[in-house]
Amino acid sequence: MPRIVVDVMPKPEILDPQGKAIVGALPRLGFTSFSSVRQGKRFELTVDGEVTEEILAQARDAAETLLSNPVIEDVINVEVVEA
Amino acid sequence: MTELPLIGEAVAVAAEPRLAGARIGVVTFPGTLDDRDAARAVRLAGATAVELWHGDAELGDVDAVIIPGGFSYGDYLRAGAIARFAPLMSKIIDAANSDAKLPVLGICNGFQILTESHLLPGSMIKNDHLKFLCRDQVLRVENTNTAWTLDYQAGQEITIPLKNQDGQYIADEKTLDALEAEGRVVFRYVGFNPNGSRRDIAGISNAAGNVVGLMPHPEHAVEPGFGPESLDGIGGSDTDGLGFFTSVLNKIVGGDK
Repeated sequence: MPRIVVDVMPKPEILDPQGKAIVGALPRLGFTSFSSVRQGKRFELTVDGEVTEEILAQARDAAETLLSNPVIEDVINVEVVEA
Repeated sequence: MTELPLIGEAVAVAAEPRLAGARIGVVTFPGTLDDRDAARAVRLAGATAVELWHGDAELGDVDAVIIPGGFSYGDYLRAGAIARFAPLMSKIIDAANSDAKLPVLGICNGFQILTESHLLPGSMIKNDHLKFLCRDQVLRVENTNTAWTLDYQAGQEITIPLKNQDGQYIADEKTLDALEAEGRVVFRYVGFNPNGSRRDIAGISNAAGNVVGLMPHPEHAVEPGFGPESLDGIGGSDTDGLGFFTSVLNKIVGGDK
């Protein structure tokens, strides 16, 4: 069954405390090549049947209203992935 | 109420019938923690507490609403994000925005729900130090014209408990400037910013002043023997939070200054 993937990231101008903690932990494990980490969210919405334009529009709407908070986050990707 | 008080003198404003007639709703979501304490604070102030369930389709007969703290829906997705779409919330949003200007107070998770509802601007993200923090916190009351702060003095410093992990208040600079210019920063952290909140903001109001949200917990500082004073003596009194509840009562019964 096809899935619609929605990716949400904290806005660039907003400090991401979780990403900051992760970038601090990486060198302790020997991963020294990464100067910054930002943590986002990936949602997978399963669709029973074909993904129509209307369903995709619904996913975009849901991404803006529930899946993200536009004050602190950006929806950076909404795409269909075949199973 | 037979549960009052556990120790000490009841600090309630005398149980005047006109106060007891005021009905203040307290909303419970799945994962709410502080609804009992909020209801108790309402009763200590002399009003009648009305239990409200998030799934209710109607708000019923209430004069004000408190959205208490806790972890509605386990803070899944974002704190307050799922609770915001509960059936009762749409009624509360309509009533808060109506001409009647229903007084609404959001405490901690309730504040997060109010920002997710767009009743208040900005948002909360994780504390800048990433830890859950529980302490007694000094706040300065910066606006005494809201429905929930009438009984305080402008500039008064109060001490009430703070306990959260996602308490860092953020908004863009334009929004912050507007909040300051319109006097809508209602509470500011004093002496120590516990979570990195922009401009030390602990609580804000909407333009009309009927909707107020803050991260610290006034409902945990309403009773002698159970408030900040009995812990570490950093100042204030055990009952610094009671003014929230007496303020809205005065507003409801028409006794505001």
